[in-house]
Amino acid sequence: MHWTEYLPSLMQGAWVTVQLTLYSTLLGAAAAFVFGIGKLSRNWALRGVSIAYIEVFRGTSLLVQLFWLYFALPLAGNAIGIDLRLPPVLAGVLALGLNIGAYGAEVVRGAIQAVHSDQHEAARALNFTERQTLFRITIPQAIPEMMPSFGNLAVQNLKDTALVSLISLGDLTFRAEQIRNFTQESTTIYTMLLFMYFGMALVVTAIMRLLERFAGRWRVAGS
Amino acid sequence: MLFGFEWDLSNPLAFAISILPILLIGMWVTIQATVVGFFVALVLGLIFAILKSAPSRFIAWPARLVTEFIRDTPLLVQLFFLYYVLPEYGIVLPAFMTGALALGLQYSAYTSEVYRAGIEAVGRDQHEAARALNLPSARTFTHIVVPQAIPRIVPAMGNYLVSIMKDVPVLSVVTVLEMLNVAKIIGDRTFNYLIPLSMVGGLYLIMTLVASAGVRLLDRYLPKQGLPLK
Repeated sequence: MHWTEYLPSLMQGAWVTVQLTLYSTLLGAAAAFVFGIGKLSRNWALRGVSIAYIEVFRGTSLLVQLFWLYFALPLAGNAIGIDLRLPPVLAGVLALGLNIGAYGAEVVRGAIQAVHSDQHEAARALNFTERQTLFRITIPQAIPEMMPSFGNLAVQNLKDTALVSLISLGDLTFRAEQIRNFTQESTTIYTMLLFMYFGMALVVTAIMRLLERFAGRWRVAGS
Repeated sequence: MLFGFEWDLSNPLAFAISILPILLIGMWVTIQATVVGFFVALVLGLIFAILKSAPSRFIAWPARLVTEFIRDTPLLVQLFFLYYVLPEYGIVLPAFMTGALALGLQYSAYTSEVYRAGIEAVGRDQHEAARALNLPSARTFTHIVVPQAIPRIVPAMGNYLVSIMKDVPVLSVVTVLEMLNVAKIIGDRTFNYLIPLSMVGGLYLIMTLVASAGVRLLDRYLPKQGLPLK
């Protein structure tokens, strides 16, 4: 078979990969902010939950988390009488998003802590409440600092989506595996697969660069 | 039964205890794969770092492109590529070695940057001082630059060691019996995934916490101003 004949099927898989990357990156970003800010909270319960989340998801392997959500969670639900069987898409998005979110939370925490204490003092002098200081002073200044790391994490997330093929989700890698099983043309298919992922990674990098510029648009040049 | 150990399904605790030795055998494979993969990453990364800093752009640019390509493609796909394509060209490696090679290849893209950053972080004044003292450039590199780069390189490498450890379960797709694969097999045979997979999670937490603590300890005891090589 000519290599172009594989393209339609691979493109379908690529579309699944794109969607997975998008949704799990959004979930990851949300989790990153919630738990990154939570880790800096003065409320010990909130801080404890955030630290536990970050340590568990950073300390174990993504594939372990994915298998746990897909194979073990239904049994845990069974034991307490709730149906926790997740469709592969949901298990995939959850595992990818929560995993990348834990790494993102550390980025958020670091960037917030890196905001200069002058800013806090100025906000205090202007009688801002703590909440106002956080959302109007600290976070807007911290976001441009986070963007380069978020860019790396987004590419990492795109690469990690390949793992969902192992819970029979029809992403790009899964499609390629199907074709390979059928035609045995490993060299052609895997070369195509590598270049398709490379292309998608370049697109993700470009998008994150644009977002980075957008997030830092108010900054004075050179500061 | 797996690796000659029977499991006891009478109650959850007995089951957990009975499969622990099996999981520990898997953990040992995980550790071996981590160490071999890390070694490959260190060596390949150094080669890439040297090529990337080559004076000729006909060497440096392709090297940069190759590492960028390796960094931007998934480990799983690289592993499939090595596992299924290498044999077509007559290179038949055991699954474990293919897996360790894939791990090392993926992380060599990252380690090459660590070497480069560590070497570039050594200040210009050091080079100028060495020049003033009439040291030949080769000796400047081995006796001035490298000793000062090591304390910067080692902690970053340690973090990648932990990352490699967390990527070892991917090797299960090419039949390497590392910890997650072993737990999955136990789950397939007993229909109880909850206990083995949760235990793998717990064991992973222990492994990464110990490894991270080791890296921090190493970081603390490495002299910041440099490690004399003599």
